[in-house]
Amino acid sequence: MKRFIILWQHQLWQMFIAPSTYIAAFMFLAFMAMMYLFSLVDVSMSASDVSPLGKFLSVFWVPVLFMVPLLTMRSIAEERRMGTLATLMTTPVTAGQIVFAKFLACYFFYAILWLMTLFFPLITEFYMPNSIRTAGLMPYSQLLTGYGFVFISGAMYIAIGIFASSLTRTTLVAGMLSFGMLFFAIVGAGLISKFALPDSGFMVWLSKPVDYLQTFRHLEDFSNSLLDTRPFFLYISTACMLLAVTSLITEAKNA
Amino acid sequence: MEDFSQEIPNSVIVRRLTKSYGAVKAIDNVSFRIGKGEVVGFLGPNGAGKSTTMRILAGLMPATSGSVHICGVSVATYPEMARRHIGFMPENNPLPEDLRVSEYLTFRARIKDVPSSEVKKRVQGAMEICQLHHKAANKIIGNLSKGFRQRVGIADAILAKPEVIIMDEPTIGLDPHQIIAIRELINSLRGKMSVIISSHILPEIELICDRVMIINQGTIVASGTPESLRKDFISQDRYEVSLKSPPEEFKRVVEQIGCGLSVEKLLRASADGYFDYLLTGSVRGNLGGEIISELSKDTRFAVRTVAYRKPSLEEIFMAATRRSWEQVSNLKSASSGGGSPEKRKGNG
Repeated sequence: MKRFIILWQHQLWQMFIAPSTYIAAFMFLAFMAMMYLFSLVDVSMSASDVSPLGKFLSVFWVPVLFMVPLLTMRSIAEERRMGTLATLMTTPVTAGQIVFAKFLACYFFYAILWLMTLFFPLITEFYMPNSIRTAGLMPYSQLLTGYGFVFISGAMYIAIGIFASSLTRTTLVAGMLSFGMLFFAIVGAGLISKFALPDSGFMVWLSKPVDYLQTFRHLEDFSNSLLDTRPFFLYISTACMLLAVTSLITEAKNA
Repeated sequence: MEDFSQEIPNSVIVRRLTKSYGAVKAIDNVSFRIGKGEVVGFLGPNGAGKSTTMRILAGLMPATSGSVHICGVSVATYPEMARRHIGFMPENNPLPEDLRVSEYLTFRARIKDVPSSEVKKRVQGAMEICQLHHKAANKIIGNLSKGFRQRVGIADAILAKPEVIIMDEPTIGLDPHQIIAIRELINSLRGKMSVIISSHILPEIELICDRVMIINQGTIVASGTPESLRKDFISQDRYEVSLKSPPEEFKRVVEQIGCGLSVEKLLRASADGYFDYLLTGSVRGNLGGEIISELSKDTRFAVRTVAYRKPSLEEIFMAATRRSWEQVSNLKSASSGGGSPEKRKGNG
C-alpha cells in the first residue's frame, strides 16, 4: 500500500507539471462555462421543466470526449516510448499497482475539474444575488445524483483512456484510440438501438442488453434523482475489467 | 560454460537460462554465478544476448526456461522480492524528461523501500558520489547532457544500496574525467556489492572487473579473470622490438634465435634509422631475455627496446568470439554434410 501511495503521488505530480493537463483543464472549463451560460439563457428565455443544472449536465459527454484523451493519453504510451516504464518495473512494484496509480491520478484530476464547475452557480450568485434560491440553480438532490453519475461513469471513461494508452507507444495514436472508444461507449448503444436493431426478428433479444448500456438513459435516471444500481455495476465492473486487462498488457509488452 | 566460485557466497546464480523468440534463441543454456562483492564484466558483440540476459536478471523479462536467483530469491517466482536486491541501469538509460534530478531520485528512493528517515541522506549521498550535487541537482533531466544523464542513471542504481547492481553500458557518452570517476565509484563498491557491467570499452572493463564473461550467439564462450582468459585463448606471445636492422636481415637473425619466434610485421621505420618490429613466439613463456641476449651479440643492431606485449582484452574477445563462430559453423557443416563434430573441434 505504501508503494502504491508513493506511485500515486508521483503520477499526480507528473500530471500536475504536464502541459496537456492544463490544456485539458482550460478547454474543459471554457466549454463548460459556455454551456452553463447557454443553459441559464435558455431557462430564462422560456419556461422549462428542466433545471439549468439538468441542461448543463446533458452535454457532459462533449468535454469527456476531449478531456479524457488529453488526461490519459500520455499515461502509459509516453512512458513506454521513453523506456521509463521498464525502469519503473525494475523496482519492487507490480504492473497492477502502476496502472491503478495512473488511473487514480487521472481520475483525481477528472473529479477536480468537474468539482470546479460547481463554482458556476456561485459565480452567477455573485453577479445576480439570490439567483441560487430564486432560480433553483443548485437543487441539492439533483446535484448529488447528477454529479454522482458523472463521477461513476468517469471511472469507466478514464479506464478506457488508460487502456487505450497501453495499446500503443504513440501518444497521438493513444489519444485517437481513446476518443474512438469513448465515442462508442457513450453514444454506441444509442446508435445501435436506433439504427441497427430491428423491432422484430431474431435480433430482438438484443434490444434489452443494448438498452441497458445507453449512457443517456442512465444520465436521465440519475438527473431525475432515480438511483439504479445497474449503471453502478456496469461502469465500475467495466472499469475494473479494463484496468485488469491494461495491467496484463503493460506487463506483457514490457517483457 | 559454468563458473563455480564456491569460496564466496553467490549473489547471482543463473542456471540453464534460455530465451527464445519463436525459433530464434536469443540466449541458449546460459549458466553462471557471481560471488558477493565481485565485479564482473559482461562482454559480447551486438546482438549476442547481453541485454536480454541483463533484462531477465533484472526481472523485466521472463525466460523461456532456466532459473535466476538473486540473493537466493527466484526472479521468476518472486519478482518483486528479487527486485529489492537489484539496482538496474538499463541500456540507453531512460529517464523522465520533465522531473528535476533530486525529485526523480527522491521518488526512486521511496519506491525502492528506502526508509523515509534516510531518503534525503541517501539521495544526497548518491548525488555526491555521482557528482550531481553541485550543478545538476535542481536541473530538469530533459535539459541535462548525456554524461549527466548517465550519472543520474548510476545514482539511481546505487541509491537503495542493493546487493546486486546491473549496469548496461554505464560509461557510454561519458568524457574521460567522468569515466575515471565511474571507475573509482565501481572500485569503491567492490567487496560490498556484486556489480555486473556490460560495455564495449574493453580496456575499461579490464581495469574495473575481477572477472569477465564473454557471450556470443547466446552462449557464454569464455569466463574467468583476464589473466586466465589470456592463457586459454591466446596461444602465442608477442614482443615489440626496436633496433637498427632492416627487415631482411632481422628476419634471418630471428630465425637463428629459434624458440618458435618469427617476425609478424614491421610496425614502423623511424627517420633515425630504427625499425620497430612485432615478433610472435609459438613457444609460451617469457623469451624477452633470450631475445635481448641474442640481439646484443651484434652491436650494429643498437637494440633500443624489447618489450613483451600483453594481449589486450580486445584480442581475447576477438579470439573467443572467433572460436565460437568457428565451432558453430563446424557443427552446422557437420550436421549438413556428415562427419563428426568432435574431429573439427579444437581450432582457434
